[in-house]
Amino acid sequence: MSIYVYIFTMALTTYLVRMLPLTLFRKPIKSPFIRSFLHYVPYACLAAMTFPAILTGTGNILSGAAALIVAVALALKGKSLLIVSLGSSAAVLLTDFLLKAIF
Amino acid sequence: MTSKSFARGVRRGLPVGVGYFSVSFGFGAMAVSQGIRALDAALISLTNLTSAGQFAGLTLIVAAASLWEIVLTQIVINSRYSLMSLALSQRLGKNVGIPGRLAIAFVNTDEIFALAMAEKEPLSTSFMMGLGSLPVLGWTSGTLFGALAGSVLPGNIRTALGVMLYGMFIAIVVPPAKQEKPVRITVILAMVLSCLFAWAPVLKTVSPGVAIVVCTVAAAAVCAWLFPIREEEGQV
Repeated sequence: MSIYVYIFTMALTTYLVRMLPLTLFRKPIKSPFIRSFLHYVPYACLAAMTFPAILTGTGNILSGAAALIVAVALALKGKSLLIVSLGSSAAVLLTDFLLKAIF
Repeated sequence: MTSKSFARGVRRGLPVGVGYFSVSFGFGAMAVSQGIRALDAALISLTNLTSAGQFAGLTLIVAAASLWEIVLTQIVINSRYSLMSLALSQRLGKNVGIPGRLAIAFVNTDEIFALAMAEKEPLSTSFMMGLGSLPVLGWTSGTLFGALAGSVLPGNIRTALGVMLYGMFIAIVVPPAKQEKPVRITVILAMVLSCLFAWAPVLKTVSPGVAIVVCTVAAAAVCAWLFPIREEEGQV
């Protein structure tokens, strides 16, 4: 299937999710369950997409683990998005370099 | 008046535009490392304007998933936008008609939403368009630069840039997980489920889109049931 069919389908679905509540369904959501569910969704999907995929994403479980550990440590210290992502990249490069130097 | 509020929106959106540039750089680098062409990666960013949804979409495109799976995944991952659009809808000025609403919906991301809700005055279409302009530009051009950098840099640097997006997701999730127990439990539950879909027999044969949807819905639903948020505490 053409990549443009995928891109169009993704874009249209995402747009409708944003657009319909601004135009057709304008009633506030009262149900605490649904409100809470929607509050937790981003954390659940980001966590599920990151772990364990980050371990295998670099093709080497050691550098993947290094990326994970460095990113979590920097994020726990409250560092910015950019610092955390650059830190995880640096961890991959450094691990890669060390592994080549040792073996 | 109209161009004045547009200009004010542009100024308010500047920091988000700069932030989006750096974050989407990681998306672009990852996209080319998975075989997507640079201009196609930029097109994904221009038309979708959502980090988690695009990343899941990328995984599905690479896996040659079915279209219904793409639709289902995008609805679940982006479901929070419907709540944000509802909240935004209450804050729009009376004269914002359907064309304005159709345009505003396109730029309703987490960060733009947060800025819009921080405004004291009712929101106008021109202000919202100004607010969204630099973030859209930053998100799309950052993706293009990341994709081009990923295409020309040597393999080990490309691999290293490919984890930037994971790093960003970790930076989004960890601080609230550290502070709030319900978020922490949501995250742990989603990770455990995700591991089952990655490694457990039978489950590991499930396609990636369905796996993301099941992990997300199950973890969020269990925590919504265990830790409901009362109206006044709900930020969104």
